[in-house]
Amino acid sequence: MRKTILIIAVLLVFVFGIFRIPKGIGLSAWKTALTDNIHLGLDLKGGIHLVLQVMVQEAVGAETDNAVARIQADLQQSGISARVFKPDTKKPEVIQIQGTPADRGADVRSLLDSRYGAQYLISSEPNNNWILTMKGTEVQAIEQRAVQQSIDTIGTRINDLGVTEPTIQEYNLGTNQILVELPGVDDLSRVRDIIQSTARLEIHLVVGGPFPSEQAAMQSVGGTVPPEDEVMAYGGNEPELFGQYYVLQRLPVVAGDDFRDAQPSVDENGRPDATFILTRNAGDRFYQFTSANIGKSLAVVLDNRVQEAANIQQAIRDQGRITGLSKEKAENLSLMLRTGALPASIHYLQESVVGPSLGADSIRRGVLASIVGMLAVMIFMLVYYHGAGINADLALILNLIILLGFMGYSKAVLTLPGIAGVILTIGMGVDSNVLIFERIREELRAGKAPAAAVEQGFAHAWTTILDTHVTTIVSAIILFLFGTGPVKGFAITLSFGLFANLFTAVFVSRHIFDSILKRKQRGEALSIG
Amino acid sequence: MELFRGVDVDWLGKKWYFLAFSLVFSVSGVLSILFWHGIKLGIDFRGGTLVYVQFEQAPNLDRIRQAMDRAGIHDSRIQAYGTADQKQVAISLAQKETQESSLDAGRETILKTLNANYSSTGAANPGKLDLDNASQGSLAQYLEQNDPEHLLSTGSAGQKYAQQAAAILNHRDKDLGGIFSSLDQLNGVADPAVVNQLKQGAYLSGFHVFAADIIGPQVGAALRRQALLATLYSLAGMLVYLWFRFELIYGVAAVVAVFHDTLITVGAFSLRDQEMTLTVIAALLTLIGYSMNDTIVVFDRIRENLRMSRRENLASVVNRSINQTLSRTVLTSGLTFLTVLSLYVFGGEVLRGFSFALVIGILIGTYSSIAVAAPMLVAYQEWRAKRGKQAVLPTGKKAKV
Repeated sequence: MRKTILIIAVLLVFVFGIFRIPKGIGLSAWKTALTDNIHLGLDLKGGIHLVLQVMVQEAVGAETDNAVARIQADLQQSGISARVFKPDTKKPEVIQIQGTPADRGADVRSLLDSRYGAQYLISSEPNNNWILTMKGTEVQAIEQRAVQQSIDTIGTRINDLGVTEPTIQEYNLGTNQILVELPGVDDLSRVRDIIQSTARLEIHLVVGGPFPSEQAAMQSVGGTVPPEDEVMAYGGNEPELFGQYYVLQRLPVVAGDDFRDAQPSVDENGRPDATFILTRNAGDRFYQFTSANIGKSLAVVLDNRVQEAANIQQAIRDQGRITGLSKEKAENLSLMLRTGALPASIHYLQESVVGPSLGADSIRRGVLASIVGMLAVMIFMLVYYHGAGINADLALILNLIILLGFMGYSKAVLTLPGIAGVILTIGMGVDSNVLIFERIREELRAGKAPAAAVEQGFAHAWTTILDTHVTTIVSAIILFLFGTGPVKGFAITLSFGLFANLFTAVFVSRHIFDSILKRKQRGEALSIG
Repeated sequence: MELFRGVDVDWLGKKWYFLAFSLVFSVSGVLSILFWHGIKLGIDFRGGTLVYVQFEQAPNLDRIRQAMDRAGIHDSRIQAYGTADQKQVAISLAQKETQESSLDAGRETILKTLNANYSSTGAANPGKLDLDNASQGSLAQYLEQNDPEHLLSTGSAGQKYAQQAAAILNHRDKDLGGIFSSLDQLNGVADPAVVNQLKQGAYLSGFHVFAADIIGPQVGAALRRQALLATLYSLAGMLVYLWFRFELIYGVAAVVAVFHDTLITVGAFSLRDQEMTLTVIAALLTLIGYSMNDTIVVFDRIRENLRMSRRENLASVVNRSINQTLSRTVLTSGLTFLTVLSLYVFGGEVLRGFSFALVIGILIGTYSSIAVAAPMLVAYQEWRAKRGKQAVLPTGKKAKV
């Protein structure tokens, strides 16, 4: 009796896991309850699956850019004049100092050691040159931070899209990769816009320009661009400036995380623009810089294109406005600035889109295949084992309920291969029953009484059942560890199904046998076909 | 009802037939892999672009191919997807067209080509919205811009139009299977004003991209490595478990049998020139587990019988064990086969490879536990005896239950 109660309790618990409390008693209310609790994977629900590569060396480059500026300032403060720059664009972790006065070598050494020794390996080279190379551990830390920051930033941006249950996490298939899964979203281009746009908004001092061509811009600085400067194309929407180039100071005055807030708005002529507010520190810095450079030009640079250039007419503290944008661009830019810039740009390694029509079709087919498969198995068991077949069929149904209930509780995702896993569980679930029943038949044939035969049958089959389950679970676990997306879903349903099967085939089925036997007269035959 | 009652077959006596059978299948598979079709990798392993398109009219593959050629895509593979009445086509581009720096380029080109060449209405409708390929976002935006219900001043426009867009696309994707055949199908799905606006400002291109996979070479290579590792780890995991539960030789025999199944299944894929995808690998790993099950059932019985009758020679114990478990083996395999067959028949195109692997694998897996694993145990014993070593039967450790 206590076992019966236990089985019914388990049944109720898992039925609750599948449906929770439906909002009505009609069929559709149950259907909604079911779809609310069982989480469907991208392949069934439709959605977007992306694998992104974070170009972490850019984050390293940004860090050394900062260091260049700091070293320059430090040297200046100590009265040492020298040129600080990064000699090789392919090695963002290397900084070179050129032309320190010969007699100040010791001062330079002690200054570099005390301020930069923790992060950099410092070596002095011939001709008063110094090379600072960022330490490996430091590079790693920056890369790790860049990935984490990218995940956070993309997360905030995606949240703004209003996607339910997005997945944004580090992807273990390669290094510095991110997995993004957006169920129910089919608009790839918008998602790309929002994620990819590093929207690196920076404000640079204009050295010269606009020039009609890249060559002309280079000519203006003597043919080759010095490491402190850079040439950049115009990318705004003033027609007379299309195709023109500017020479800018390489280090930005204001960059990425200096922005505190931004909103899309319209100017007095109704044209869209974006207003921004700087953080306090950046505001102070910007104020100092603009007061010292009144009359010179500043360029607003968006994703390595000059968006606009304007004269500094007065000192600016922390508010500004970017004009010349389309409405959509103003909105996206504001979103980017609000959520913070990505620390590095991003490359797409994989994009998969599943439309909702395919998902709906897959669900239909998966469910049909499950029902047909299950009915075939159940009918066979009834025909082949008669009364014991009912027993097996009950165990099978309970197995299915437990499996789905598990899915409901654990928030594990059901994918199309996952449905296949369910079907396979049905097939393998009867395996245990067949093993036991065949054994019982054998024992009966050997002349044992029904009760003893059931006892022996279960005892002997148990070893085998345990072994078979463990080996299958081994392959399911390996699938889970190695697999991605849909395959993982398959591994999950398969393992849940196997655990449920241990319970139903061994415990529940045994209990039903026992209660049948209890009601039978001594010597009455057992219905097992 | 009872099949296989009191069977008494001399399985081991037929081992040469089994060997021949296994050799024929595995060798022809290996030959096909090496010299004929090779292993055809799915897009997830080789990288590339794959776009699935649903057409309103039955698609003409040659026409699509010509259009692609004209657009400068010469190595595209265009094939019907699913059954003919589904009117679906899969267009794929090889890896070299799919660079990580511009991953999306191949897909864009395919879409542009289809738009320009396939739909007669597409080129004839400049500035109009393609309702067959509109996303929810773009449809809502379109409605908001045109504001057919004059709601912009009320502030509820965004929400209202988003709802309408969702209802329209839900109708398209869930009820109509992804594609409109006429704009009149909009009637009653959305507000009349919205429907009228769309009848004027939207058109039907006659095709609908219902899925796309674009996989860069890096991910492809990583997935390849991972799939191989997963299969090997899985085999190793089983070997260790069987070693622990039985004897090393049992583990080796079981793993050889399972490897034999994997080889034949992969060979079958090569012979049919069918693609290996990630889900097929999942099926292979399942097979490894499944075939192992069958083998273990027989081994368990061998171990049990050996413990009871120590005098009997190994060959006859093995024969008896196979015969005793035959009923169970055939029944279980038959039932699992039934479910897998239902999957193969009703599961649709997405699961075709997966269920094919299982259909083949379950047959072979059942065969191998009788015809490969068990004879190996006996062969090992005979080999030991010949070398004059102790002819002790591998009774196995006691079950640790």
